[in-house]
Amino acid sequence: MTTGLDTEVENTPASPAARPRRRAGGGLGRYILVRFLLIIPTVFILMTVVFFLMRITGDPITAALGGRLTPDQLAQRRAEAGYDRPLIVQYFDYLGGVLHGDFGMSYTDRTPVSEILTTYGGATFELVVYAVVVALVAGVPLGMIAARTRDRWPDAVLRVVAILGYATPVFFVGLLLKLVFSVGLGWLPVAGRISTRGELTMGTILNPSPFYLLDALRLGRMDVLMDVAGHAVLPAIALGVLTGGIFLRLVRTNMIGTLEMQYIDSARSRGVSEARLTTRHALRPALIPIVTVMGMQIAMMLGGAVLTETTFEWNGLGYMLAEYMKARDYVAVQGIVMMLAVIVALSNFVVDVVAALIDPRVRY
Amino acid sequence: MTLSNPVPPGEGGADDLSVESATVAATARSPWYLRLPVVSHLRRSVGLQRGMLVTGLVLVIGLLLTALFAPLLAPYGFADTGVDGVKFGGQQPPSAEHLLGTTVTGFDVLSRVIWGTRTAVAVMVCAVVASLFLGVALGLLSGYVGGWLDRVLVMLADAIYAFPSLLLAIVMSIVISGGQSGAWGGILAAAISITVVFVPQYFRVIRAEVVRLKAEPFVEAAKVIGTGHRRVMGTHLLRNSTRTLPLIFTLNSSEAILTLAALGFLGFGIEPTSASEWGYDLNRAMSDATSGIWWTGMFPGLAIVAAVLGVTLVGESINDLNDPRLRTRKKRSRAQKKVAA
Repeated sequence: MTTGLDTEVENTPASPAARPRRRAGGGLGRYILVRFLLIIPTVFILMTVVFFLMRITGDPITAALGGRLTPDQLAQRRAEAGYDRPLIVQYFDYLGGVLHGDFGMSYTDRTPVSEILTTYGGATFELVVYAVVVALVAGVPLGMIAARTRDRWPDAVLRVVAILGYATPVFFVGLLLKLVFSVGLGWLPVAGRISTRGELTMGTILNPSPFYLLDALRLGRMDVLMDVAGHAVLPAIALGVLTGGIFLRLVRTNMIGTLEMQYIDSARSRGVSEARLTTRHALRPALIPIVTVMGMQIAMMLGGAVLTETTFEWNGLGYMLAEYMKARDYVAVQGIVMMLAVIVALSNFVVDVVAALIDPRVRY
Repeated sequence: MTLSNPVPPGEGGADDLSVESATVAATARSPWYLRLPVVSHLRRSVGLQRGMLVTGLVLVIGLLLTALFAPLLAPYGFADTGVDGVKFGGQQPPSAEHLLGTTVTGFDVLSRVIWGTRTAVAVMVCAVVASLFLGVALGLLSGYVGGWLDRVLVMLADAIYAFPSLLLAIVMSIVISGGQSGAWGGILAAAISITVVFVPQYFRVIRAEVVRLKAEPFVEAAKVIGTGHRRVMGTHLLRNSTRTLPLIFTLNSSEAILTLAALGFLGFGIEPTSASEWGYDLNRAMSDATSGIWWTGMFPGLAIVAAVLGVTLVGESINDLNDPRLRTRKKRSRAQKKVAA
């Protein structure tokens, strides 16, 4: 299911029967090490692919300023930035920079991409965490209900809801939420991470973190905290709905499986209550696939974050990515895309390790 | 059933079998069109599953028909801002002339929603067909040949698969069209961007199956009697490794619509004057929503939901019906209920 599993299979010669036995027992450390080393080629391949793809069409300066400058001026700018060198030289130059944490310099506002990443990355992280919370809080209990009421009407309704959650694009969910809760009822703000007044209060804090909620807590001001939280509600729901639907389905399918296991019958015969059967005995093993799928979900959520942030003008990486794309600043676009790729690769690693810790069958 | 399979679907085959027992005759007499994939699934389905499948089919057929007859159905062209020199006016609420109102630029919302089906269907078909062929071919080759080619391809596919698909599609659309483009250019750009995202999925599924099948006795037997590589791949491996394809196929179709809309929403789609695209319309509608204008965003959004929902429902139901465990268990429980009642 996860990338780690599949790539791992590649490194062992094709003798499926012999493999697990040979490495059975322990091997967790070795698994983690191999899995960690596998990040390197993944990230490396992605960087190479993205770099050359982005250069097929030309250099970033022509893309950003083409048509606005004379060819001479353009050539001069290109020479200054080193884009007239052979592509392969530029590539190794870029790789060298990345190794030192230098992802290049955005062309439109002359900011180092690494700085963009630290400034806006926190906002995206915050949003994704909220969304995961929404997804778990909504998805897991509803999935349990659906599994318990299999093939009866609550299950039918919930399955339709889950499919609807998948079928509705994040930005349309966002639009509907805005129409109802911001414009219609006026309960929640339309866009942004914080109101202007809250931002002024927030400015007084010493060494601010990128996480507004933490800062608001540190300030200890209730009004600021409510302000920040209020701004987060709609984006978190918009992004969380999609993943919540997937969790719902996963929990449902897996719990239907575990509820039919013999150990459930045996526990029931010992007098374990139905509630405890559902929430502990059947749920726990059904949660393992969620952990593994989480890895893929993070990639999807980052994609969704780009859309959510654009919808709610949430000042994160995704919002900036869209802004830089509009400005045709492809250095910044490339940098942000690379960074997100690294994040995805790292989180996949973490997820695989967690999965291996929970389920010994994953390790070989 | 098995008897009728080798016989080409004609009257002769059905007549011969009509003397068989009642059940066999019933299946054999069913004409060829009842044995088509979706139709046979429909006949097999029951209860909730049938409801889902029927709803999905209705939506999909509606989508296809709308796309086909868009010029007849749409009251105006997708880029019309007025008729006979009279401007529609921007942001007009729904009225008799404009059933769903007009957008900020003065387009008729209903017409744009209807024309948008064409773009969606075109991208969906191009993307899914292209990735199906590419992915299956690469998967077969990689799984069968093995060695270095296999390792490199798996590495690449894994790297691409782990990457946020929307970001990859964005990069691809920058590469192909440099952002905005005309109707067919934009449709192809979107389709290719989506193809790149999907190929690894087909690749992985087919490759895994081929690696498994390669060790099966029937493949070895074929090799022993001197069957060529091409025939082993094309016949023995390909035909046996396509079980899961319909599910990925439908999932990808719906994802293609979503990715197209997302690209359009981010401003990396098709120019509004060269084709109608729902994602772009939703992008323009975002600022309308703040001032309480709901009709510009609501209808393109609902169109996306309906299209994706239809395709997903069909895919889900077919998957459930193809899974013998899910299906038989359902029927048995039903039968038991009937007995009990």
